[in-house]
Amino acid sequence: MKSIIPEPMIPKPFRIHRKLKETHDTYTIELESTNGADGFPFSAGQFNMVYVFGVGEVPISISGDPSIPKMLRHTTRSVGTVTKAILKLRSGDVLGVRGPFGSHWPVNEAVGNDVIIVAGGIGLAPLRPVLYSFISQRDKYGKIILLYGARTPEDLLYKKELEQWRGRFDLEVKVIVDSATGNWRGNVGVVTTLIPRIQFDPLHTVAMICGPEVMMRYTLKELQSRGIKNENIFVSMERNMKCGICLCGHCQLGPKFVCKDGPVFCYDHIKELFGKREI
Amino acid sequence: MNIVILESDHLQILLDVLRKRGYQVIGPTLGDGAIVYDGLNTTANLPIGWTDEQDGGTYRLKKRNDKALFGYNVGPHSWKKYLLPSELRLWKIKRNGNSFQIVTENEATQKFAFIGVRSCDIHAISIQDKVFMNGQYIDQHYKSQRKDTFIVAVNCGKAGGTCFCVSMNSGPRATFGFDLAMTEILEGENHYFLIETGTELGAEILREIPHKEASEKQKCAADDILKNTAEQMGRSMDTSNIKDLFYRNHEHPRWNNVAERCLTCANCTMVCPTCFCTTIEDVTDLTGEHAERWRKLDSCFTMDFSYIHGGSVRSSIKSRYRQWITHKLATWIDQFGTSGCVGCGRCITWCPVAIDITEEVDAIRKSEPVSERQTTEAVEIKGS
Repeated sequence: MKSIIPEPMIPKPFRIHRKLKETHDTYTIELESTNGADGFPFSAGQFNMVYVFGVGEVPISISGDPSIPKMLRHTTRSVGTVTKAILKLRSGDVLGVRGPFGSHWPVNEAVGNDVIIVAGGIGLAPLRPVLYSFISQRDKYGKIILLYGARTPEDLLYKKELEQWRGRFDLEVKVIVDSATGNWRGNVGVVTTLIPRIQFDPLHTVAMICGPEVMMRYTLKELQSRGIKNENIFVSMERNMKCGICLCGHCQLGPKFVCKDGPVFCYDHIKELFGKREI
Repeated sequence: MNIVILESDHLQILLDVLRKRGYQVIGPTLGDGAIVYDGLNTTANLPIGWTDEQDGGTYRLKKRNDKALFGYNVGPHSWKKYLLPSELRLWKIKRNGNSFQIVTENEATQKFAFIGVRSCDIHAISIQDKVFMNGQYIDQHYKSQRKDTFIVAVNCGKAGGTCFCVSMNSGPRATFGFDLAMTEILEGENHYFLIETGTELGAEILREIPHKEASEKQKCAADDILKNTAEQMGRSMDTSNIKDLFYRNHEHPRWNNVAERCLTCANCTMVCPTCFCTTIEDVTDLTGEHAERWRKLDSCFTMDFSYIHGGSVRSSIKSRYRQWITHKLATWIDQFGTSGCVGCGRCITWCPVAIDITEEVDAIRKSEPVSERQTTEAVEIKGS
């Protein structure tokens, strides 16, 4: 007899291999399938539904390297019941994972172009897989620019990697914080103020943005004013999700279902919806 | 199509034949002061001689002066009570060392025969078929319930006070999606049904029930009844360019007006035969060793529905009403290629403050800010 639910609705057990502290409230967990052999293939920008036994389930984007499917990585900030429970788990504990779901960043479509990645806060997590992909195929792209903004220096994710990337001659990495104490020698301000400072070929540039909606809105304006076409701008949207497979209705953004049509959207396809209040 | 006559006394045989073939027979019955869908053992359980009076926020049962079996319109239930149950356990989970083991529920084995499905509800079922069985992912529970459903449609002999199926092109005559369709006719002492067959299975079952050929006069009588029903619609809705109407009026003063009346009680979404949103609830026992996942009907009128870290996307009442009506009448068309409204009128009848979907559409259409309309028209003219 067949099960009443489609297979993607059944969480699969994954064991926590390692837990890395990123900031005071944000951790990256590294997960391995409990049945060993299976990897977890995904595309940059996709998300999983992550289940904590008896607590509940939340959508979290995948922050690891798509070319290393054996190690599934999620970066999560503890803000709700489930994410707080995730942070209490230890190495060896088991989580349920459903996925991967949703659309992905245009990593292949961007080949031959300059690329600009603009991330705000934890918005860097779903974009890190893009950076891994770009770096592993560095020759295929023109300029690669990462603009990253966080609230304070203490809120910066992946600090070691950021420093490594910034040390490379073939990447341009700019970091900025909203506010800082006297020890910070870097940029202070909002991430959009970095855009006038970078050089790129606007007709041959693909931009990928992830962060709070208000940050994405102003980033879009800046990028458009620099001549990047709407069809070359991609954003990652967020909505409440329960099923991840386009059946529960929660993730609607106008006519779009974020779980299926998104989370990564070409801005040109959602420009009528973007920035509308309470849509 | 071959149309035959079934005497009203022989309707019981239809129920018996269906039950003998393993169907759980469901139909309209009297319950809680309304006409509700429930198990139907005999035709005596039907609301014989009853009708209903419906208006915005009003539903009353009333005696008819005849013995009609289907002389009323739709009540608060729709067939999603059976096809999309309000609560469904998806799986059970057991802690197993520091891992876990999941046991999923198996497909249902019961077969439903629905008696007295109105044309609007056939359209609603076909809309939910698209939602649950036409996409990338299939809802297996829905599919398993649906594949064996036997549908006996009843063409409406009268229209209710909140009906507007004519505007939505979804009634009052059932034109598809049924195994058998009946039109009830009462002429003095004569009480019979005109029966159309929609499927081979319907024809096969009909062969087991005494019937005779319908005369031209009888066919005309049924046509007259349906023509009359179509003319009696309690409500109407102008659906021309309705998708664009909503897309260009995301900001409109009417949303504030409706927000002052709407209680966000979610009644409209619960009675709507097409509303399909569900949520997930995980429950744990006291030992913490066992948990279960339940799927429950949900409503876009709750604050939780759109909650993401930091708050609800739709925290104002106006945004939640706007989401519901815009989904129903506009975004649904982009999502599933059909309107999400079938004109059954349930949301009007069961709204405690009588908010009327047809009235809201009308209000927005007639009071559209001039700039919006002109801009769009200018674009349309330019584009054409």
